[in-house]
Amino acid sequence: MPTSDPWLILLVVVPLLAAPVCVLLRNASAAWSVATAVAWAVFAIAIKLLMTVLDQGQATYRIGGWDAPWGIEYVLDPVGAFVVVVVAAIGAITLPYAKRSVEKEIRHDRIYLFYAMLLLCLSGLLGITVTGDAFNLFVFLEISSLSSYVLISLGQDRRALTAAFRYLIMGTIGATFYIIGVGMMYQMTGTLNIADLRTIMPAVIDTRTVHAALAFLTVGISLKLALFPLHMWLPNAYTFAPSMVTAFLAATATKVSAYVLLRIMFTMFGDVDLFETFPLQPILITLALAAMFLASLSAIWQENVKRMMAYSSVAQIGYIVLGIALATESGLAGGIVHIFNHALMKGTAFMALGAIIFGTGAVTLKDLEGIGRRMPMATAAFVIAGLGLIGIPLTPGFISKWQLVMAALELDMWPLAALILLSSLLAVIYVWRVFEVAYLRPSPAGVRAPNEVPLSMLLPTWLLALAGLYFGTHATFTLDLAHTAAQHLMGGL
Amino acid sequence: MIDWTTVSDLIGLLNDWIVIILMMTGFYIVIAQHNLVKKVVGLNIFQVSVFVFYITMGKIDTGSAPILKEGISVYSNPLPHVLILTAIVVGVATTALALALVVRINHSYGTIEENEIQTIEHDEEDVA
Repeated sequence: MPTSDPWLILLVVVPLLAAPVCVLLRNASAAWSVATAVAWAVFAIAIKLLMTVLDQGQATYRIGGWDAPWGIEYVLDPVGAFVVVVVAAIGAITLPYAKRSVEKEIRHDRIYLFYAMLLLCLSGLLGITVTGDAFNLFVFLEISSLSSYVLISLGQDRRALTAAFRYLIMGTIGATFYIIGVGMMYQMTGTLNIADLRTIMPAVIDTRTVHAALAFLTVGISLKLALFPLHMWLPNAYTFAPSMVTAFLAATATKVSAYVLLRIMFTMFGDVDLFETFPLQPILITLALAAMFLASLSAIWQENVKRMMAYSSVAQIGYIVLGIALATESGLAGGIVHIFNHALMKGTAFMALGAIIFGTGAVTLKDLEGIGRRMPMATAAFVIAGLGLIGIPLTPGFISKWQLVMAALELDMWPLAALILLSSLLAVIYVWRVFEVAYLRPSPAGVRAPNEVPLSMLLPTWLLALAGLYFGTHATFTLDLAHTAAQHLMGGL
Repeated sequence: MIDWTTVSDLIGLLNDWIVIILMMTGFYIVIAQHNLVKKVVGLNIFQVSVFVFYITMGKIDTGSAPILKEGISVYSNPLPHVLILTAIVVGVATTALALALVVRINHSYGTIEENEIQTIEHDEEDVA
């Protein structure tokens, strides 16, 4: 009899219940205090769960005491625990940062609603990760998506509204594709429990319904993941969302979708030779490479640095998907460790940009002339993140790219390894563009000394940047964790 | 000669045909229409097709509601029906949010035609 771990449900229920509390408080600082306290509590729970999972292999909770597969079961394995910690950590670090940034960017009477939405989004993302039920996953997917549409639409520019609307349309199509897939699977297997689906799947894999289901699930989640060429919603959404929202979503939302893709391919379809039956590998590798090159090329031409980083996110998602597509233990470990590393780097980059927006009001390359001298701390944090995106040694980006290159070499895919390295050179170009403008050009005449960026924004940014440097130099822990997670996915434990 | 098994298959799968027709109609409207409200309508038709799909899946010929009663031995599967209640609620929330966004877009752009909005945004980028 597996023990029931109540922390699993608390992870989801605490932020879910705190959201209406924020609405009832109707006060900006009170709502912020509640949200911050909850985010840190959730982070503590996540760490505790990670310990439990590393110790016992997995943690489960049966909702209402109903046994799976009849009841909804929450399951956390090493992969899930890893993603839960990433999401919770980003939540805990971005919330102290949010206070001043949000005060400046969002109308005062809406701030308490902002925090309620943020908590809902956090709850949804964590729910996706811990649930062991395919339909429950859809519900959490929609909780997190609906709240992120609202969060994005709160941006100052009116284009935030159209960006949110476009994301809503594409996100809803993605989620609806996902339930069509789940429905077809249910038709064939009569179960919604992901572990149960896994055991029944080999018996029904040769039916057209299941093939169609796999197609719907993959395309639906790829929309949420912003896998090239389904990424059209992402650049504008990230560009026009409030700084805090961009930092939070860029570091968590697409990562959680990558986790769902892993779940579909290696848990639901874990007992069938998915990659041998279907031409998944060539398709995914092609799309991943297209993302790495085309999105990086787009990033190079952007004048708005926030949009540049958004395109860079699409490219980085390419690396994650590439790791998944290799479908070997090292490949998966590379993809999984990149989920963590990219969350660190993109979180830092967008937080640093948010700090610069706080000081100057905008982040087009023109606004950034000489910013390295006017706002040295924020710019330096951005540069560290940029180096990480390129994959310079000592930064976390190096670890994941190294792992991916090794995985490609293990499979004798020399051209692929070369392409991974080549695509990094594109990142050098766009990061250099920002560096050149920020440090090598003089501040335009007449620009007064920048407004002071509050410490409450700089500290979290630097905390994340230093965490990046730490995990770039002490990669054993994250890599070991990623390897354990990958073994778990491959080994069918 | 008419192949009667095929014909009865086609009629027997009537609901599935409706699902496919609704799904493609809705999907097409979402992609092809420039008017944002019509896009939301299309999205709704698209989602409704999935509701019909789930409801059909659970229904069994001559099956009754799952209530324990003398003389009833065939039951429809209530689970897909319950699931789709949840999906309907999600759909309502999505529609409400989408329409709220359309209202605000209309407020700040003065139009809800996507191509006109794109022209406005394009001009703005040239200025900036």
